[in-house]
Amino acid sequence: MSNKLIDFQNISKTYGMQTVLDDFNLYIRENEFLTLLGPSGCGKTTTLRILGGFETPDAGRVIFDGKDITDLPPNKRQLNTVFQKYALFTHMTIAENIAFGLKIKNKSKQYIHDKIKYALKLVNLDGYENRMPDSLSGGQQQRIAIARAIVNEPKVLLLDEPLGALDLKLRQDMQYELIRLKNELGITFLYVTHDQEEALTMSDTIVVMNQGYIQQIGTPEMIYNEPENAFVADFIGESNIISATMVEDRLVKILGVNFPCVDEGFGQNKPVDVVIRPEDIDLLKPGEGSIDGVVTHLIFKGVHYEMEVMANNYEWLVHSTDMFPVGTQVSIHVDPFDIQIMKKPESEDEEAVNIEE
Amino acid sequence: MKSKRLLAGPYLFWSVSFVIIPLLVIVYYAFTSDGGTFTLANLSQITTPENLKALGISLLLSFISTLVCLILAYPLAMILSQKQVNQTSFIVLIFILPMWMNFLLRTMAWQTLLEKNGVINSILGFLHLPALEIINTPYAIILGMVYNFLPFMVLPIYNVLIKIDPNVLNAARDLGANPVQTFLKVTFPLSIPGVISGITMVFVPALTTFVISDLLGGGKILLIGNVIEQSFKQNSNWHVGSGLSLVLMIFIIASMALVAKYDKGEGGTAF
Repeated sequence: MSNKLIDFQNISKTYGMQTVLDDFNLYIRENEFLTLLGPSGCGKTTTLRILGGFETPDAGRVIFDGKDITDLPPNKRQLNTVFQKYALFTHMTIAENIAFGLKIKNKSKQYIHDKIKYALKLVNLDGYENRMPDSLSGGQQQRIAIARAIVNEPKVLLLDEPLGALDLKLRQDMQYELIRLKNELGITFLYVTHDQEEALTMSDTIVVMNQGYIQQIGTPEMIYNEPENAFVADFIGESNIISATMVEDRLVKILGVNFPCVDEGFGQNKPVDVVIRPEDIDLLKPGEGSIDGVVTHLIFKGVHYEMEVMANNYEWLVHSTDMFPVGTQVSIHVDPFDIQIMKKPESEDEEAVNIEE
Repeated sequence: MKSKRLLAGPYLFWSVSFVIIPLLVIVYYAFTSDGGTFTLANLSQITTPENLKALGISLLLSFISTLVCLILAYPLAMILSQKQVNQTSFIVLIFILPMWMNFLLRTMAWQTLLEKNGVINSILGFLHLPALEIINTPYAIILGMVYNFLPFMVLPIYNVLIKIDPNVLNAARDLGANPVQTFLKVTFPLSIPGVISGITMVFVPALTTFVISDLLGGGKILLIGNVIEQSFKQNSNWHVGSGLSLVLMIFIIASMALVAKYDKGEGGTAF
């Protein structure tokens, strides 16, 4: 797990006037499920296309398994891609689609036949050999695209928003399928998506990107629970992001009220951003919590209620399984370890983290 | 429903009066003699040595022209389809521009260019190069056909090529195909519907033309189109003209069916 399989070194890429990647550095370990997550235009797809060989970086090197592959054409790289809109060969049957890469490598008929059978079984589409791609549903086409890629036994599978065109239910099913595939095949996955839920569900490591810069790298839990800046906090899940002052270690002043917290090392009376997840806020009777307020909105979301609480001139987003009707006087309580403190952006580079709405 | 059907009325009227009736008239003339009695003699006119020769030359020249058009058009369509949109529209315009000029005029212009003492030979003479003597030969006719019909080959192929998702070609590269393999196994098979449309749109007018052979062949080379034209205009024998037209139609349908047979079920392109 510790082997660096892929290493992006100082990659830069510009289209016309627009800088997509600027001195981008990232490594991917063997057997890792790594997800590049970010809004459109953040450079995640460009990164994947550079690794696939469909784009050439303006500067920097791509190292794959110890070798520099920056100038290698796509057909010479030991990796395969699953494209966003399947990109199946519509003039070929399913079997011919899957056999494409193997025929080019001059594998024997028997080997190809066995591989097709194996791949179709793996993606739960046995018996589809002689169908045409157009006669399959979107989810089935996507699974064929995956089968077509994995029969070549790549060391890395690149997936470019592969579930983007599918509906919600199918997307969730495919997420489990992908995790299962990853475990069965034991290969490295590089996954690109703008969907935070997909990223959290499947990844070993998430790389949050914005405007060509990496915002945070970490496990799904780290990214969700300890976002390093306001962009990450806002992009991953819903959150209350509030300007605050770090009074001293373990004490932060939010909206004029002191909250005990667990963070240290920000200095004294330093401006910071705090993130409080809506599900981490407890609503108590007035006077029992830290800030009193009144419920202004209430929506039933199925698993929980979503409420907005007006307190100290801030609309707090609260998720709770308890229901408080609009107009109820409540008090907000947050446990110290549920308050995440983040540094305010200072330099221009860090401005890239500013939330785009 | 009824009012919608009424809307189709004008088109129905149009196709009945200007397509179906004329076709029936041709069939009638083809199967009758001057006296109005049934005969197959008009159809069998095609078997006379002169007419067979004209048909043979027509088929040969149209085949060569179509092939030359295809060879010239495909790379051009590929280059166009890979360009940025604003560049493309300019190049496409250059190709379509001559089509806005009258077909006769363009062909007559070639006549002037190719003449024994025409523009090209004057320039060649000035440069002390041997004169080009292709006017009134089959080569001039092929040149005229290719020149006039090339856009009809470029456009359908271009239209098919720009619709191919670039990621499909990327996928082929990704799966290990080099650029040549990608072209042979993916690009070309996917473009076959356009190629077939192009072949149809070049081969049919080339097979039936009489203007190009008249102007550039100097009346020395008779194509089947010329023979039909002559039987209508010079000999005023509508029966033989119709008979030969009908035979030609059968040839066209047969050759198109042959082409369509190799187009594996892509459907709705040429036929």
